[in-house]
Amino acid sequence: MANPIEQFKIQPLVPLKVGALDISFTNSAAMMVLSVCLITVFLTLSVRSRALVPGRWQSMAEIFYEFIAGMLRDNVGSEGRKYFPFIFSLFMFVLFGNLLGMMPIPVIGFTYTSHVIVTFGMAAVVFVGVTVIGFARHGTHYLRMFFPEGAPLATAVILIPIELISYFSRPFSLAVRLFANMTVGHIILKVVGGFVVSLGAFYLVPGVVPFAFLSAVTVLEFGIAMLQAYVFTILSCIYLHDAIHMH
Amino acid sequence: MPQFDPTFFAPQLFWLFLTFVTLYVLMTVVALPKIGAVLDERQRKIDDNLDKAAQLKAEAEAAVAAYERALSESRAHAHSVIKEASDRLAHEADERNKALATRLAEQIKAGETRITQAKDAALANVRDVAVDVAGSVFARLVGSAADAARLESAVAAALKEHGK
Repeated sequence: MANPIEQFKIQPLVPLKVGALDISFTNSAAMMVLSVCLITVFLTLSVRSRALVPGRWQSMAEIFYEFIAGMLRDNVGSEGRKYFPFIFSLFMFVLFGNLLGMMPIPVIGFTYTSHVIVTFGMAAVVFVGVTVIGFARHGTHYLRMFFPEGAPLATAVILIPIELISYFSRPFSLAVRLFANMTVGHIILKVVGGFVVSLGAFYLVPGVVPFAFLSAVTVLEFGIAMLQAYVFTILSCIYLHDAIHMH
Repeated sequence: MPQFDPTFFAPQLFWLFLTFVTLYVLMTVVALPKIGAVLDERQRKIDDNLDKAAQLKAEAEAAVAAYERALSESRAHAHSVIKEASDRLAHEADERNKALATRLAEQIKAGETRITQAKDAALANVRDVAVDVAGSVFARLVGSAADAARLESAVAAALKEHGK
């Protein structure tokens, strides 16, 4: 049975170095490039006909567009319009990372959202971006995030540390949620898949049980792949809302 | 776990940055404006069609109103024409009746005059006949002709006595 951790191993395909910095083109990087290509091809080719009554592909592109636009409108409001391309890119990048990770792609098959450094990279951009937007819009008044107006002064001792911790744990919770979901899901798939092989190879009938379970878990994992992309995006929207409107 | 191996933090972050920026640029410049344009165009077309539908509906309602107005106008016109014609006919009949009545009255009057004259003439003849008869009767009874003047006065007296 293959080690279920092995699927997360990064394999450099083209070793590159700029000075002391290692920028090797790895299977992870290859999947990122593949995602970007597929997203762009999908979104541009599907609306090429500019049909009034959309076909299947155009419908899907429009659904993604309106889904994210609606999410941004509902959670941030009209001020969020200029961040639409970023939020949309974020959603598509995470969604395609999750979904392509479910595909048995030879050589480069890999789930980049299962790597905490990748999810943390995105979460950090969201966190830093939101904080910058908050200070740019409200100046030092943005510090009120940590001690809301109207709260009794005596509560400051408790309130400020709690608010600080909750604020600074945002990028970590955002990053760890996605990374952990993807990692655990893929480990379960691999382990159950190993059961199917080992049991099915010797006793055909017992292999059916883990295979049925594997099928169910696969469906569940596809659901989680989409759900986690949604959660990552909507939390980013909520943080953006806080930065623009405060509490 | 390979996730916590810092060896590949740098290349992953580098490629994440590169691919994500590329994706962001591609979305901003190429994909999103295209989809947005399609959606806007559809919304505009739907709005246009709704406007057109509302306009056509208003036109249809105006046409119905005009039709009904024309209908009621022509009904009123027909009514007035009929009334005029019946008035005129009634008037003509009236006049004709009057003229006929006048003519009939004249004819009746002429007839009555003629009857009176005939009656007078007849009465005058009665006197002559009475004188003749009385003369003849006298001659037969007496055997000689009676005096004409006396006979005539006697007849006149007899006629007077009978109210004629």
